[in-house]
Amino acid sequence: MIVDVKIPLLPESVPDATLLDWTKQVGNVVEKDEVLVELETDKVVLEVSAPVSGLLTEIAKVAGEIGVSNEVIARIDSSVAATPPGASAAAEAPAGTPAPASAPSGNAESLSPAVRRVVDEHKLDANAITTSGPGGRLTKGDVLAHIDATAATPNAKAVPAASSAPKPAGAAPAAPSAVSPAEAASPQARGERRVPMTRLRQRIAERLVQAQHTAAILTTFNEVNMQPVMELRKRLRDDFEKNHGVRLGFMSFFAKAAVQALQKFPAVNAYIEDNEIVYHDYCDIGVAVGSPRGLLVPIVRNVEHMNFAEIEGAIADYGQRAQAGSIGIEELNGGTFTISNGGVFGSMLSTPILNPPQSAILGMHATQVRPVVENGEIVARPMMYLALSYDHRIVDGREAVQFLVTIKDCIEDPGRMLLGV
Amino acid sequence: MKEYDVIVIGAGPGGYVAAIRCAQLGLSTACIDKWTDAKNKPSPGGTCLNVGCIPSKALLDSSHHFHNAQHLFPKHGINIGSVELDLAAMLARKDKVVKNLTRGVAGLLRKNKVDFLSGVATIGAEKVVAVAGTDGSTEQIRANNIIIATGSVPIEIPVAARDDEHIVDNEGALSFTAVPEKLGIIGAGVIGLELGSVWSRLGAQVIVLEAMDDFLPAADASIAKEAQKILRKQGLDIRLGCRVIGARTSDDRVAVRYEDTNGQHSLEVDRLVVAVGRRAYADGLGLEAAGISLDDRGRIEVDALCRTNQPGIFAIGDVTAGPMLAHKASEEGVAVAETIAGQSAHIDHSIIPWVIYTHPEIAWVGKTAAELEAQGVEYNIGSFPFAAIGRAQGSGDTDGMVRLYACAKTDRILGVHILGTNASELIAEAVTAMAFHGAAEDLARTVHAHPTMAEAIHEAALAAGSGAIHM
Repeated sequence: MIVDVKIPLLPESVPDATLLDWTKQVGNVVEKDEVLVELETDKVVLEVSAPVSGLLTEIAKVAGEIGVSNEVIARIDSSVAATPPGASAAAEAPAGTPAPASAPSGNAESLSPAVRRVVDEHKLDANAITTSGPGGRLTKGDVLAHIDATAATPNAKAVPAASSAPKPAGAAPAAPSAVSPAEAASPQARGERRVPMTRLRQRIAERLVQAQHTAAILTTFNEVNMQPVMELRKRLRDDFEKNHGVRLGFMSFFAKAAVQALQKFPAVNAYIEDNEIVYHDYCDIGVAVGSPRGLLVPIVRNVEHMNFAEIEGAIADYGQRAQAGSIGIEELNGGTFTISNGGVFGSMLSTPILNPPQSAILGMHATQVRPVVENGEIVARPMMYLALSYDHRIVDGREAVQFLVTIKDCIEDPGRMLLGV
Repeated sequence: MKEYDVIVIGAGPGGYVAAIRCAQLGLSTACIDKWTDAKNKPSPGGTCLNVGCIPSKALLDSSHHFHNAQHLFPKHGINIGSVELDLAAMLARKDKVVKNLTRGVAGLLRKNKVDFLSGVATIGAEKVVAVAGTDGSTEQIRANNIIIATGSVPIEIPVAARDDEHIVDNEGALSFTAVPEKLGIIGAGVIGLELGSVWSRLGAQVIVLEAMDDFLPAADASIAKEAQKILRKQGLDIRLGCRVIGARTSDDRVAVRYEDTNGQHSLEVDRLVVAVGRRAYADGLGLEAAGISLDDRGRIEVDALCRTNQPGIFAIGDVTAGPMLAHKASEEGVAVAETIAGQSAHIDHSIIPWVIYTHPEIAWVGKTAAELEAQGVEYNIGSFPFAAIGRAQGSGDTDGMVRLYACAKTDRILGVHILGTNASELIAEAVTAMAFHGAAEDLARTVHAHPTMAEAIHEAALAAGSGAIHM
């Protein structure tokens, strides 16, 4: 007999609920009272459990979708006692082989000895580094260049915090640690050094504080399984490069996902100006790139009209020009949304600060292989924490959550971007 | 008229490899070659197999054994009295090696169903190739693709005209019927040094006259300097900056006149070998009529994929520009075959190894220090002498060293230079590492068996970075 799984009666003040991740997939066997999915409301998270044991035959609402009280979100066939493992395997999305538990990054085995050493020492994600070796191999030079390019923050280079050379923190959340070598060397000394702030640092300090005073900045988090994108990339990156003459990185996926989410949640793509909300029909996305002077955020214009190759090309071009110091001021202005990748510095999780006058910023982080649960089993997956800081004056909590979930869904199932769902 | 997918002209290491690869890829292939042996039988394999790489290495090994028997064995406590040379037997062995290999090539072509035609080829209009057979027959065949692999021939100098008896080129120098008492060699390049080594070991007094002031300018300066010292100690009288201005045969001897900065000099030798280099050989192919362009040194002009200016016509190996090395020709042959078959081929000329088979051998891949300086590249040097290698001490092969150059910024290996026993084999490791854009640290972190000569590469890689262990 087919039994409906429904959203429970929601409290009066709660109009609807957003489905979070399903713990089971279609084709899985479920036990009575097993938690199938969680619902998020403005006030509380509710669990929805299986009313009967049986085979989950249908999921009517997927994660991220909204439902109302008593709405059917799934169906269970209670006549089925157990399913052979083959059926559930077939129902799974083609996940491929799980990443080897010992690998710190997806392809540790194919790293050369020197590369392995440097990557391990600096705790980098080899997959996040641009390769230049034959057949896409990662060379020691690639890793060193990557470290150099991201060594603009005081964290990465052991530079005494109050040095006279300007080292701006940029938009990324980098907390300068002020343990100067002098302190470490002579524990008895208690001297002080006074160094005036550089103009650049002063301006940045002003803007950061102003952003915090103007907007009501909150951050919502989620995590995304990078495996589908990594596999897609592995499969087609050579073709991509051959056809488009540009490397396929990860940023194009996130940019595309962001566009889809921005189009779904226009408030995230809007500004507040005086008493008006300015909505934008276009998506100008700022992409943080490393330069010798620090982090820059040049804007990629009209990303909604660009394809993957164009996005990768634009970012690569900005990356190169940032290194060469040839990005123009007009390229740094405007922007309706920003994507910042703290992962290249090794950040696991952070609360990015807004880039005024924008209303939101997506923070990408380091991909780490972590144990997660899929179909009730613990598996190792390359997971990335995502953070969306947003201006609560213009973006609702629910919108922000769902925006981030949309990005997560698009990344975990790139086909969504193809189909615009 | 027989039609093929590919016609290969020349069956040297470039041509026969190209033909075999074409056949492997399912292309109907014909291969034309004009080399015949003393009995006028077709002898595929080109210069390399017949009068180049193979016979010279065979004689280098034989003469090395002869020399060791006389001079090295006593050091190992082996006393065998006087050692006799049976030159005829030594040459016969060399001839047998050549015969085995040329037969082998013929067999490979047959096995791969390549139509082998013995004769001289001429390219006509519409990619029709006329073959004037060795047996006197004539034939015309056609193909959509033609690969020219006609190789090179020794450069002749009018001041020392070859008579194939007293004044010879490499071919003659591989078959002297007696060990010359005094042997003159014009040219201290690879061929001159190798042939000089052979006859010097067999008892000849060898004088090498080199017009340039530098010794082995193509090699890394540190290697060249050390090699020159060692070869001179072995008895090769290498005279640099000496330009030969005349050579005259009389009375079974050759009177050589040469000039250097001190003026003119003369020298009398029993035999004179002209080894001043080789030139591309495209004579008689009909290239002008076929509209194929040559450069000012007579080499067929090709692009990075070995294509000539005529669609469907390729050229590989010594007949084109670039190092005149058999393996370069073979690599190009394979790449062209794959290109014709529609695959994506890639020829990486930057990691072609060079080898000189003196003893100790000289081998290198990548850039020399001079080239790096000229390009303004900052590099780290890792150098390690074989004298500090256990295996070398054990065998007594302590001459020479490994020098490794790595990019100061990325640690990528830019050049490896080896002077030492078996350098020709040892260099392969460096080529492999460089093919993967490897770093010096990659080699330093790769385990090398002990005790081996290869450990010198490991130590040199370490020396380029954190420092060698054994020095």
